[in-house]
Amino acid sequence: MKPFNVFPYDSKINFMRVRMISLAIAALLMFAAIGAMAVNGFNFALDFTGGVGVELRFAKPVEVEAVRSKLAAAGFDNAQVQSFGTGTDLLVRLQKEEGRRNEGTGSIAQDVQAAASSADNPAEVRSSAEISAQVGKELRDKGILALVFVIVGFMIYISFRFEWKFAVAAIITTLHDVVIVVGWFALSGHEFDLTVLAGALSVMGFSVNDTIVVFDRVRENFRSMRASPEEVLNASVNQTLSRTVITSFVALLTVLALYFYGGASLRGMAESQIIGIVIGTLSSIFVACPLLMWLGVSKQDLMPKARDEAALARRP
Amino acid sequence: MLTYARWKYAAFLIVLLLSAVYAVPNLFPQDPSVQVTANRGAPVDEALRTRVAASLQKAGVTAKQVELDTKKNNLLVRLASPDVQVKAADALRPELGSDYIVALNIASTVPDWLEKFGARPMSLGLDLQGGVHFLMQVDQKAALEKRLEATTEDLRVLLRDKRIAYISVDRRPDNSIVATLRDAAAASAAAGVIVKGQPTLLQQMQGNQIVLQVQPAELQKYAADAIDQNVSTLRNRVNALGVAEPVIQRQGNDRIVVELPGVQDTAQAKRMIGATATLEYRAVVEGNAFDAVESGNVPPEARVYYRRERGPDGKPMPILLNKRVIASGDQLVGATTGIDSQSGTPTVSVRLNSAGGQRMFDFTSENVGKPMAVVYIERLPEVKVVNGQEIRSTRINEEVVSVATINGVFSNEFQTTGLSGQEAADLSKLLKSGSLAAPMDFVEERIIGPSLGKQNVESGLKAVTFSFAFALVFFLIYYRMFGVITCIALLLNLVMVFALMSFFGATMSLPGLAGIALTVGMSVDANVLINERIREELRLGLPPQTAIATGYDRAAGTILDANITAFLVGLAMAAFGTGPLRGFGITTMLGIATSAYTAVSVSRAIATLIYGGRRKLKSIWI
Repeated sequence: MKPFNVFPYDSKINFMRVRMISLAIAALLMFAAIGAMAVNGFNFALDFTGGVGVELRFAKPVEVEAVRSKLAAAGFDNAQVQSFGTGTDLLVRLQKEEGRRNEGTGSIAQDVQAAASSADNPAEVRSSAEISAQVGKELRDKGILALVFVIVGFMIYISFRFEWKFAVAAIITTLHDVVIVVGWFALSGHEFDLTVLAGALSVMGFSVNDTIVVFDRVRENFRSMRASPEEVLNASVNQTLSRTVITSFVALLTVLALYFYGGASLRGMAESQIIGIVIGTLSSIFVACPLLMWLGVSKQDLMPKARDEAALARRP
Repeated sequence: MLTYARWKYAAFLIVLLLSAVYAVPNLFPQDPSVQVTANRGAPVDEALRTRVAASLQKAGVTAKQVELDTKKNNLLVRLASPDVQVKAADALRPELGSDYIVALNIASTVPDWLEKFGARPMSLGLDLQGGVHFLMQVDQKAALEKRLEATTEDLRVLLRDKRIAYISVDRRPDNSIVATLRDAAAASAAAGVIVKGQPTLLQQMQGNQIVLQVQPAELQKYAADAIDQNVSTLRNRVNALGVAEPVIQRQGNDRIVVELPGVQDTAQAKRMIGATATLEYRAVVEGNAFDAVESGNVPPEARVYYRRERGPDGKPMPILLNKRVIASGDQLVGATTGIDSQSGTPTVSVRLNSAGGQRMFDFTSENVGKPMAVVYIERLPEVKVVNGQEIRSTRINEEVVSVATINGVFSNEFQTTGLSGQEAADLSKLLKSGSLAAPMDFVEERIIGPSLGKQNVESGLKAVTFSFAFALVFFLIYYRMFGVITCIALLLNLVMVFALMSFFGATMSLPGLAGIALTVGMSVDANVLINERIREELRLGLPPQTAIATGYDRAAGTILDANITAFLVGLAMAAFGTGPLRGFGITTMLGIATSAYTAVSVSRAIATLIYGGRRKLKSIWI
């Protein structure tokens, strides 16, 4: 019985020939993402900005406008009211009114609930959050710190196991993926909250995983094949193509399950991962190896150094 | 002939068994229950059980079971549903009064023999069961100032005690203390005294001045002490709220996280946490307190107080105390337990500020040999529902926590001796809980409603189930026999993640569930790598059994490299993140570690079991 597969095993697609085009597209996407971030900025969620958010569920569907005017009447002038999901769920966001916080007696959520409710259509507080701007800022700083930690960690580990050119290529590829994912959130204006940050960071894990598998094959082929770097890289991408596509496909399936069944709280995370998986897969095929080629990787880079020196020492 | 080391099979079986034992408790449903604990040394016994059962019956609540746990000293009422749970708690609260704390809880139904192995279900995060979350910022600057002020005062007292006249001892804004003396000779004498009395201070002589610096290590200790004291104060206050399994943890150098599952009224919780408790030192008035209570004949300068401990009749013992306060809690700087060097018994050392110290000095000079009492005063907010209206009030609770005889004259620093170890620990905790070491602010406050929690559990589990099902179906179709092997490996992987998380007492949250779903997605990779490699070796013409062995060997190196880099990302999230980011990072790391093991080792063991023994294997189903 022949194995069932989606990709022909003896594929000989010349990925390296189009390397300038693929690198150009990747760079273009990346700059577009950076541009979106610079122009649009982010729709940061409460987690990062600080403030007050109250999620209300009404007994019957309500008009957003009616709730807004009711809140304004109660003194919440700058309340943003959005509906989400069904017509009965509303999200109310407020800038924090300083001074109220330190009394330690009242709860804004309960005030908002009281103001928004009416006798025939009472609201229930589904969740609420009050976060100081300081905490939000720290969270952003920590996110950046985590990113730096990951990059340094990759640099050290990959340089140790492979070679510095591989480390640089892997890091650029990974950053490319994360930047595009984050850029999508800037472009679409979708809310960027803590779970999206978690999603974006995990994209790094997924993306580097994909890239390393290809690099591993590159290393193996450099040691066993007698061919030019271009041929070696091409062969490596082709040999791992089937695996790359299958892994990504299954991972995509699991993330789709998260997107469709995980509820509203996980949707942002799943969205970032869906984009991350697609981009990460493409970049491990079209970006990682072209970058290696560009950095001038050669057979010598992967030969054990100690033996060379020993061989040199033996020469008269 | 394909073989696999016997000890590896043994390891696989052990892992399988352990994972099952530790993961299984999560499958047992949890009973909504009401937990009754004694508040102030009130008895938890068979009599209480009868009382509780009777009042439940009166309220028309049928309990599944009323359990008395003498080891944990509590009573657990198991109920059928959350609605009945609330009804039961409402019935029990007024009935049991302030002697007992009645808290809503969820009780595990895990059999005892499983619990003996330490196997427990994971606790659910707030996002899965509803509750409130507070993040509080401790004002470390204020704490430091309070401590430095106390140290400055200590120095003054020290110099006074040693009869060294000083011009001034002052605190400078740069956290140093400057003692100015009359001349250089007095300064060097003072320096000698300070070295002995306050050995941790760094000294520097400048003519008739001594500049004292607190060592950086000591400053850090001050900060750590302050946050520890605030945590223990909060813990005492939260316990009085009647919340089952609250979380009170320090986060970083100056934050405290408080999580109260099941609590909905944040206003009440905030008032409680911000509640004020204080202490007073009062003189004991001689006379028979029992008679005074009975006859109503209380001496004019005295008031009747009750002791915390109970008398032989089980009722609080009255005691007569002077109406005049000697020193109060806001004058208290610190309280620590230690061992008395003379008697070798536990002691509590108390430090007061200068005003309190002076009052104490004046009082003790005239009253050596007489008893003195410590009164603990709490202001507890109470909410009662009368005719459907909520009525909020404050109850003031005053108790005498210790009575001790004055053995000599003392001022700002003194010890209470003659206590048992437990008594000493309790007293110092109470003394400290009266005061916060530093003021705190609420910097984050989250409420998750119970209905949202329930929905999160459902959608989270659904997502995990579907992501798993999608992966399994794909593998079965695509790799056939090796798909079956992969599915077994993936299943074990899932069980192992649950087992490890339960074992380490991790909390399951919504991002944690997402992490598990994603783990499935990522762990697929290791399995795909192996299966594809085996197919590749087969295409190269290797005989099936060699192809399996080579496939596993060759893929292992790749899996190692790919997983370690992905692991780094999880590590970064766990190390730098808080809340959801951390939960997600931890699950990812666990998932990567277990997936590497199950893919490389477990699936190979199974493959060998299936194909290893056949002598003339022509083809394999992959």
